[in-house]
Amino acid sequence: MTLQQSLSIGAPELVLGAGALVLLLLGVFRGNDSVKGLSWGAVILFVLTALTIVDDSPVRELAWNDLYVADALSAFLKILLLVGAVASVLMAVPWLERTNVSRFEYPVLIVLSTLGMFVMVSANNLLALYVGLELMSLSAYVLASFHRDDQKSTEAGLKYFVLGALSSGLLLYGISLIYGFVGSTDFTQIASGLSAGGERNMGALFGLVFVLAGLAFKVSAVPFHMWTPDVYEGAPTPVAAFFASAPKVAAMGLFLRVALDAFSGMVGDWRQIVIVMSILSMYLGALGAIAQTNVKRLLAYSSINNVGFMLIGLAAATADGASAVLLYLAIYLVMTLGAFLCVLMLTDVDGRPVETLDDLAGLARSRPWLATALSIFMLSLAGLPPLFGFMAKLAVFNAAVDANLWLLAVLGVLASVVAAYYYLRVVKVLFFDQPAGVVVGASGEGTLVINKGMMLLAALFCSPAGYLLLGPLLSATRAAASSLF
Amino acid sequence: MLSAMILLPLALALAVLFLPGDEQAQARMARLVGLGTTLVLFAMGLVLWAGFDSSTAAFQFTERAELFGGLFSWHLGIDGISLVLILLSVFLMPLCILAGWDSIKTRVPEYICAFLVMEALMIGVFASLDLFLFYIFFEAGLIPMYLIIGVWGGKRRIYASYKFFLYTLLGSVLMLLAMLWMVREAGTTDIPALMAHDFPVHAQTWLWLAFFASFAVKMPMWPVHTWLPDAHVEAPTAGSMILAGVLLKMGGYGFIRFSMPMFPEASVQLMWLVFALSMIAVVVTSLIALVQSDMKKLIAYSSVAHMAFVTGGLFALNTQGVEGAMVVMLSHGVVSAALFFCVGVIYDRLHTRDIDRYGGVTTNMPRYAVFFLLFTMASIALPGTSGFVGEFLALTGIFKANTWVAFVMATGVILGAAYMLWLFARVMFGAQKNADAAAMPDLSAREWSIMVPLALVALWMGVYPKPFLEPLKAPVESLMARMARANAPQTQFTPLLAKAAVAAAPAVAHETTGHSE
Repeated sequence: MTLQQSLSIGAPELVLGAGALVLLLLGVFRGNDSVKGLSWGAVILFVLTALTIVDDSPVRELAWNDLYVADALSAFLKILLLVGAVASVLMAVPWLERTNVSRFEYPVLIVLSTLGMFVMVSANNLLALYVGLELMSLSAYVLASFHRDDQKSTEAGLKYFVLGALSSGLLLYGISLIYGFVGSTDFTQIASGLSAGGERNMGALFGLVFVLAGLAFKVSAVPFHMWTPDVYEGAPTPVAAFFASAPKVAAMGLFLRVALDAFSGMVGDWRQIVIVMSILSMYLGALGAIAQTNVKRLLAYSSINNVGFMLIGLAAATADGASAVLLYLAIYLVMTLGAFLCVLMLTDVDGRPVETLDDLAGLARSRPWLATALSIFMLSLAGLPPLFGFMAKLAVFNAAVDANLWLLAVLGVLASVVAAYYYLRVVKVLFFDQPAGVVVGASGEGTLVINKGMMLLAALFCSPAGYLLLGPLLSATRAAASSLF
Repeated sequence: MLSAMILLPLALALAVLFLPGDEQAQARMARLVGLGTTLVLFAMGLVLWAGFDSSTAAFQFTERAELFGGLFSWHLGIDGISLVLILLSVFLMPLCILAGWDSIKTRVPEYICAFLVMEALMIGVFASLDLFLFYIFFEAGLIPMYLIIGVWGGKRRIYASYKFFLYTLLGSVLMLLAMLWMVREAGTTDIPALMAHDFPVHAQTWLWLAFFASFAVKMPMWPVHTWLPDAHVEAPTAGSMILAGVLLKMGGYGFIRFSMPMFPEASVQLMWLVFALSMIAVVVTSLIALVQSDMKKLIAYSSVAHMAFVTGGLFALNTQGVEGAMVVMLSHGVVSAALFFCVGVIYDRLHTRDIDRYGGVTTNMPRYAVFFLLFTMASIALPGTSGFVGEFLALTGIFKANTWVAFVMATGVILGAAYMLWLFARVMFGAQKNADAAAMPDLSAREWSIMVPLALVALWMGVYPKPFLEPLKAPVESLMARMARANAPQTQFTPLLAKAAVAAAPAVAHETTGHSE
């Protein structure tokens, strides 16, 4: 493998990394007024990166001394990550202008975090994984406390940092155990090392548990979910939207690769852990959300709940299951971004954000389209037909039935009924209750058009019209999943 | 044609939300668009009926498009059973729009939108020939109904809307798992292909139970009927009409389209369960209906009792039973919608459904009383009305299957007469207790226009049911031929041998199909 080949295979990361540095320099020289221009610069950068990905051939290629892998899976995940990143940058523009936190670091940090996630989904080595994960997380910690004059925001950042550091520690400890007992950090060699010895490798098993714990923290699966509601609530809304979308995609994609590629020889071992996490996440996410009065906390529990469903697909440990997880991720990404876009548009007379559920009462009267869009996202997140979110749930249940995981499938569908309750509660507040009159009129002009456009696109995607995209989506997820098997 | 019947109301439902003008003008336009659309759909329904070939059990007007990436397809088509239920839906829908013409004053465009979406989904349920497409239409109906109950409903609307939604959703999710397994086993999502597929007998029981969980709730059967009275009481008049008229029929349709042809052995095995629940339902809910003080609740409980005739008739597993059940469904669709509308008429005037508040209504509303009496009689299955044809056929079928079940079910007819006649007596006859009730004006022109079609159809079906029975003949016959596979050995051999034969027959059938493939 020559350096030149490695460079061309790793083009997306190189473009993104170089672009991030250019943006940073521009920002330093032009000051905080340039935030809008920088945001658009970041979007252009993301589009350029997307072109380098689409350009790639779908063959599996290793680069950088096998640290890095480019295959259909990483390409699919990277496209999703870019969608999440573009939406997060664009939706923040009016917010940055409105509040007094207009600082140029925002788009730069998003780009850096996205770069970290790119490395994560292309990692073919536990160390590359760790480097990517840390780059993503460190940018995210700063983003969480971006509203630095706000007590809640700084608290969120600190909490995220402390708990994130703990999970990184767990992950590193797991990596060291695996290295010690298997003798390599390379995914391919771990896989062959594990399948070589006849008896169970207890040390590697311990390492696996720690690695899974670290990854579960990043996807906020129960019992490593505690940070999620606090961070989502405290972080500024565009940042929370980013946290709920792109890093979930990256971490879940990484989860797939580690579990199905590196530890494909220990399916029986990790499957039990994943099943338990899945059941706990589904139920705790559903039950925890019932008591919430803050929309962002509710969305946090919703993401915990949805991660539980994704883990069903992983537990199946089949190509169908992996494809189901990827389909779920794609649909979940749009639903979540859409829901946060709606939350971002909820402002009172003075333009302050409105986040309590009670204040949304009767929104269908004052802002019918916003209420309709939010309802579509809620019902879609609940997985109710005819909305597109149903397809995501259908795919994972299909995988579970295929793998004969009947208990998990039955518990899963029952959890979806429990979860439907709190999603319906939002619809009830929006449509049935008497107007509270807190959310009035649209605030800010100009750039909001983009937010409205994105919201409309997301709502269309989640509506039954989304089913028409099922063909291309399925062929993409199947191709991506097949690169793991 | 069928696609057009689904897409047209959906498109107009969206258009209704974009009407110009102030609130008053929007409301007026929305009502007109709603009425116009539903009338056009009714006309399209009649065209379907005219072009329908009753001599075959094959699906007609089929359409197929691979829109969904090979996972499932947009596959529509109707046989006689679907046809009559689609006719029922498109017939009731304009009347429902008319029923809410004056009484719904707030958020009219949204209201019309919800009803048009509802209509599209109902047609979709009865016309879809793809398993997942069916499930999507079947479940999607919950959302507009949830909004109809929750936004335009009565005092406890929020409780009722949740209960309605979560109850039916809980029933359906297990069916979804069963569907996933079936698709895997049979390798197709095509309903006609699945109807001909022989599922292994041991799996059939589980699949049957999973489908039963969904359809029994939808139907609703005792003891999972408790959502129905709440939903009915709180829903606006038109909501109740469509709920009782069409949505309940989806359960019966499900049994006839899925449970019976796809799991014939399990249907025979679990016949006793359906019979037992139907018997309990007839007696218990009739008795409960007797003591209700709320008119809508009384009619809601009577619906549960009538639906028990449907389940009993279906699982008699003979021609009379199934045909009878179908006619009971049609008749109940018309009559219960009419009864809910009758309640709505006086509710609009007095804003109470309390039986005690009324009395002697015949004096000031004689024309209304005539219609109410007619529908009461149709509900208690007086000969000459639609109810008689269905219940008589269903009871004949049940009698052939099991005399004792027929005996218990027949008491339901007597109890039905008791609670309906008593209701009529308390509301319509006697002294005029309250001045405001005595001052209620008789039917308006709009109310006439709803009552007359309903009354004509109820009488037509009672006097000359042939046009409605005709399309059912061929599909019911082919269903019976399918059931015969599970049924036949029992009548031919001694009981001891029969058991072995039942166990052996499907295995043999399975093998032969395996070879032919």
